Amino acid sequence: MKMVKNLFSAVMLTATIAMVAPSCKPKDADVQTKVAEALKSTPGVTVSVTDGVATLTGEVQDEATKAAAETAAKGIADVKSVVNNLTVAAPPPPPPASMTTLLDEATQQKVKDGLKDMASVTLAGFTEKGAIINGEVTPAQNMKIKQMLASAKVMLDASSKLVIKK
Amino acid sequence: MALQDKYAELISSATTLGVAGLATAEKGGVLHVSGTAKSTADYDALWALYDKIDPGMTSNDLMMNIDIKAETGAQLKVTTDASNLNIRSTPSTEGEIVGKAAHDEVVTLVEKTDDSWWKIKTADGEEGYAYAQYLSPI
Repeated sequence: MKMVKNLFSAVMLTATIAMVAPSCKPKDADVQTKVAEALKSTPGVTVSVTDGVATLTGEVQDEATKAAAETAAKGIADVKSVVNNLTVAAPPPPPPASMTTLLDEATQQKVKDGLKDMASVTLAGFTEKGAIINGEVTPAQNMKIKQMLASAKVMLDASSKLVIKK
Repeated sequence: MALQDKYAELISSATTLGVAGLATAEKGGVLHVSGTAKSTADYDALWALYDKIDPGMTSNDLMMNIDIKAETGAQLKVTTDASNLNIRSTPSTEGEIVGKAAHDEVVTLVEKTDDSWWKIKTADGEEGYAYAQYLSPI
């Protein structure tokens, strides 16, 4: 009878452990929600949690954001470890160089050089905005002038009187 | 964004043609576009498209600073209207003329000195600076 009682105790104990255990061991889904919440301010990151291991995937702007996301995930209780599979996006191309070009002497010289062989046009001067070019040109010459100005990163000033012959 | 819309076809063509380092930005009523086209044909196609979108390119609202991919040793065709292309001792029209390349002659690129002047070498061994506008990579 004592043995039966012991067996009964053992069964009860097992049952108790079985009932208590799930509440001790956090559900991955709950942890995942917590990590996702912590990373809400970092767009582009997807979290998945398996057995307490959080895996971060997606693309972020830079290395600092990647490291910060990992730190934030590690800071969540019940996250055992973090697998950081985040990739860093390629940096955006620099803005076009023509945005900042000054009409310095070297640039002005390039325009002079470029127009030298075009007898039908005259370079009247330069303004803050660009070169003043006057004259009559063929469509092909007009194209050459515009290409030359673009390669020197110079605009045609609006006061120019450049007439395109039909 | 109006200019981006006006030149949307141009920008999408540049993307399709694989223009390297393509960058666009709008500033002070001008759309700036820069990058490096793969070939002279691509460069010409983009300029033709610009001329189509803005006939005569008279609106003054696009700065298309596109160059053409050319590395040292590349073959360049002289694309003057008809005349010879001067080869000079320094990258400026102030430079002494040290040689001439004929219209349609093919020369070799030594160095892209800047956007406007390239150092070239002719088949006869004449070396110096020529105005890049009249040189097309082939």
